[in-house]
Amino acid sequence: MKYDVVIIGGGPAGLAAAISVKKQGIDNILIIERDDKLGGILNQCIHNGFGLHTFKEELTGPEYAQRYVDKVLELDIPYILNSMVVDISADKKVTYVSKQDGLNTIEAKAVILAMGCRERPRGALNIPGYRPAGIYSAGTAQRLMNIEGYKVGHEVVILGSGDIGLIMARRMTLEGAKVKCVAELMPYSGGLKRNIVQCLNDYNIPLLLSHTVVDIKGKNRVESITLAKVDENRKPIPGTEKEYKCDTLLLSVGLLPENELSKLADVQLSRVTSGPLVNDNFETNIEGIFACGNVLHVHDLVDYVSSEAELAGYYAAKYILDKKEHHKYLNIDVKDGVRYTVPSKIDVDNMEDRIVVRFRVDNEYRNKSIAVLKNDEELKVIKKRVLAPGEMEQIFLNKNELHDAKTLTICLKEAQ
Amino acid sequence: MKYDVIVVGGGVIGCAILRELSKYNLKIALLEKEEDVCSGTSKANSAIIHAGYDAENGTLKARFNVEGCKLTKQLAKDLDFTYINNGSFVVCFDETDMPGLENLYERGIKNGVEGLEIISGEKARELEPNLSKNVYAALYAKSAGIVCPFEMTIAFGENAIANGAEIFLNTKVEKIIKNDEGYLINDKYQTRCIVNAAGLYGDFIHNLVCEEKIELSARKGDYCLFDKEVGSLVKHTIFQLPNKFGKGVLVAPTAHGNMLIGPSATDILDKEATATTQKDLNMIIEKSRLSVECIPMNKVITSFSGLRARPSGNDFIIKEAADNFFDAVGIESPGLSSAPAIGVYLSEMIANKLNARKKDNFINTRKGINKLNKMDKETRAKLIKENPLYGNIICRCEEISEGEIVDAIHRPIPATSLDAIKRRVRAGMGRCQGGFCSPKVMEIIARELNKPLQEVTKNNSASLLVYGRLGEEE
Ligand SMILES: Cc1cc2nc3c(=O)[nH]c(=O)nc-3n(C[C@H](O)[C@H](O)[C@H](O)COP(=O)(O)OP(=O)(O)OC[C@H]3O[C@@H](n4cnc5c(N)ncnc54)[C@H](O)[C@@H]3O)c2cc1C
Ligand SMILES: Cc1cc2nc3c(=O)[nH]c(=O)nc-3n(C[C@H](O)[C@H](O)[C@H](O)COP(=O)(O)OP(=O)(O)OC[C@H]3O[C@@H](n4cnc5c(N)ncnc54)[C@H](O)[C@@H]3O)c2cc1C
Repeated sequence: MKYDVVIIGGGPAGLAAAISVKKQGIDNILIIERDDKLGGILNQCIHNGFGLHTFKEELTGPEYAQRYVDKVLELDIPYILNSMVVDISADKKVTYVSKQDGLNTIEAKAVILAMGCRERPRGALNIPGYRPAGIYSAGTAQRLMNIEGYKVGHEVVILGSGDIGLIMARRMTLEGAKVKCVAELMPYSGGLKRNIVQCLNDYNIPLLLSHTVVDIKGKNRVESITLAKVDENRKPIPGTEKEYKCDTLLLSVGLLPENELSKLADVQLSRVTSGPLVNDNFETNIEGIFACGNVLHVHDLVDYVSSEAELAGYYAAKYILDKKEHHKYLNIDVKDGVRYTVPSKIDVDNMEDRIVVRFRVDNEYRNKSIAVLKNDEELKVIKKRVLAPGEMEQIFLNKNELHDAKTLTICLKEAQ
Repeated sequence: MKYDVIVVGGGVIGCAILRELSKYNLKIALLEKEEDVCSGTSKANSAIIHAGYDAENGTLKARFNVEGCKLTKQLAKDLDFTYINNGSFVVCFDETDMPGLENLYERGIKNGVEGLEIISGEKARELEPNLSKNVYAALYAKSAGIVCPFEMTIAFGENAIANGAEIFLNTKVEKIIKNDEGYLINDKYQTRCIVNAAGLYGDFIHNLVCEEKIELSARKGDYCLFDKEVGSLVKHTIFQLPNKFGKGVLVAPTAHGNMLIGPSATDILDKEATATTQKDLNMIIEKSRLSVECIPMNKVITSFSGLRARPSGNDFIIKEAADNFFDAVGIESPGLSSAPAIGVYLSEMIANKLNARKKDNFINTRKGINKLNKMDKETRAKLIKENPLYGNIICRCEEISEGEIVDAIHRPIPATSLDAIKRRVRAGMGRCQGGFCSPKVMEIIARELNKPLQEVTKNNSASLLVYGRLGEEE
């Protein structure tokens, strides 16, 4: 089979991208999703707070996803479920496995990567101790509770203050579990401010910054965990250990874009985000392969995923309808507190009149400015009261500002 | 229930003995206290099939290791378990270490090890480019290999079952009474003969029967396991020249393409204390970097530890310790490598004693669970057509299908826990460590065994994963 656009992943990114491709007049599309329904990870996020930017109302995760699923159905966009892509080649042959089709290879003119991300496991932190039942990544616990409907634990300690961990602190509390504390290795939280207020403070759950787990006890099920304070090098400080009785340890210690497939297609990845490096069209180094959503870089708000994916779909359609060659790129350099940008380079001659550049900072900052430097001179400066690694930032760039740019840098500086 | 021989303990030793015994006209069984075989030391070790230069000439260790290393090659084919003949290096870092290396070489020759050679640091780095520039020379053993210890142990057990043996899981031996017909175990299992292969608890079983008591102590070894992404950092198993604490720290590929570093060597009192410690983990990381400088610590996917069952002497204890009571205990490293040869040796001894003859209908081969992701496209497509469950991927990291998991649950030794599934088909063994697939695997186990999800455990019955349905009383 041959398709114009194949979209890998039917989460919010894949759905928004597909809708956008279709709206450009391309019908020969296929969404491939490995789960038994569309919607991606949102299906298990049954709490409120999605869609404030997109729909100006508060939806649950499944409700938010449903709006896009409805659109996909309405536009009659073809999709297959229970089908896992296991290979993509640089010439855009996509191989998937499913019950109904077995092992099947299809061809695409363009591919949109929208595989989302996965959680970092305990092993990545190399926490010593026993390896009993009762240690879950927050997302796994979320699935066990919200999809399967089971009680995961009675007394809980959460390591990592990522958003999923914060949400789960509240969710478990509401289900009658006692969440003893949330411990965070860094001196600041990795989650959204609003989640700290609504999920921890409102329930008197202490947030212990600069703390980590140094031991896990329990041979069958978790019996206790030991926390210790860490110094500025994030090493545990001897003598500060404190044991917490609990039967469950949830880990919310970061998400990693899921790019095994991208590697098979020789897509170049960023060492900072672990996601593909893309230009202002969300196109990777492999012509005709695009990326959006959490597979590109981890988002905190699904609204941004949707808007980003819509653009990726638009550009994928444009790639098929009027192929433009990209000859010259302006790299976006980062320094002084800015970790990366998406996109990481711009084709100024072919760019839209105005584009958005998203990025994250490497620490918590107060009263700083985001500065855009063109040819080492300030192009624009935006004052920020607070900047934090947990909140994605964005700035806009206009084509008419960039035609004479030789270098472009985004960084932080002291506010005036 | 009456048997000719009962083996106590379903580690690699017990299962290898059971398989060899199943060649004879004997009614045999194995009793294992956990919910699965391969739940003790055999599940957490370096998984190296040693060449056999380590042990002193004349010891049981030396003999069975060299024999076992040879047997394993053929057994891996017959019984369908993963084995790779990758070869090993023992590296040293200084000219003054050369006598030590030569000593090992000579010992190896005496023990009958084939394919040994001392090579220079440069030659070693040619064969193994990521080796540290400080490596001065290496003992290269071409016959050394790596195995999947789970597959190996399970293969022995399943082949024994195909040949009439029985395996009773969740059956802890607590009581043994000598009687006219032999021994009565737990007031239930009557047998003429017992093989004690109870690993760390070999002393407990021995002391239930024998006048002369023995004691086994535990020495723990911690490991770090790395993502497949860096699985080809080394091709050979890289040991360091042994010091007084054992074999030093190794860096090795695993049979499934990950990388392993470890083990430490810490004596502990509690035989269940398999907790890793920061101190040991730090030590192995530091030491492994002597061999391979670029060990990427951000690619660790899990750490674990295994316990060696140490006898008071230096050798394995393999003998008839009381009338028709056979010990196979104190089996430290190289126990895995020696298992096939220990099986042959003990089964012959027992068959002689019981006047048993070999069967003429012994089934010599066993087929493992289909590994879809290792197959070519055509075979894989054909299998999915026959059984669509092979097309439903459950573990995305290792690309394991529902069909493989269902197979594991219905094998001759049934996998009934998350860990048992993991050991057989690797669902949950990959980089996300079961984050995504464990709820699904739990569901499949519950469905296939027709039991509520809350009764599905990580391993034994106390390792509860969930506590019942939300909103319901427990
Ligand atoms: C556990 C978890 C909880 C979260 N909770 C929140 C929250 O509470 N609030 C919030 O705003 N954000 C939350 N997020 C972030 C949120 O997931 C993102 O904003 C958004 O869902 C990302 O959309 P996506 O489409 O990029 O990824 P996903 O929603 O992850 O969708 C990716 C889809 O691709 C499919 N897929 C992947 N690989 C393949 C393949 N090889 N073949 C076929 N299909 C494939 C997956 O099955 C999945 O359906 C959470 C993320 C995670 C991981
Ligand atoms: C850190 C480490 C590294 C090693 N590396 C290697 C290596 O690279 N190469 C190598 O060749 N060897 C190696 N070894 C040695 C090898 O792992 C062991 O020799 C081997 O696994 C021992 O097998 P076993 O069957 O004797 O013991 P186990 O695997 O411990 O089996 C004993 C079984 O008996 C059961 N049992 C105990 N008590 C009872 C009871 N009362 N009733 C019923 N069942 C009972 C236990 O549950 C267990 O399943 C290593 C060992 C360690 C610890």
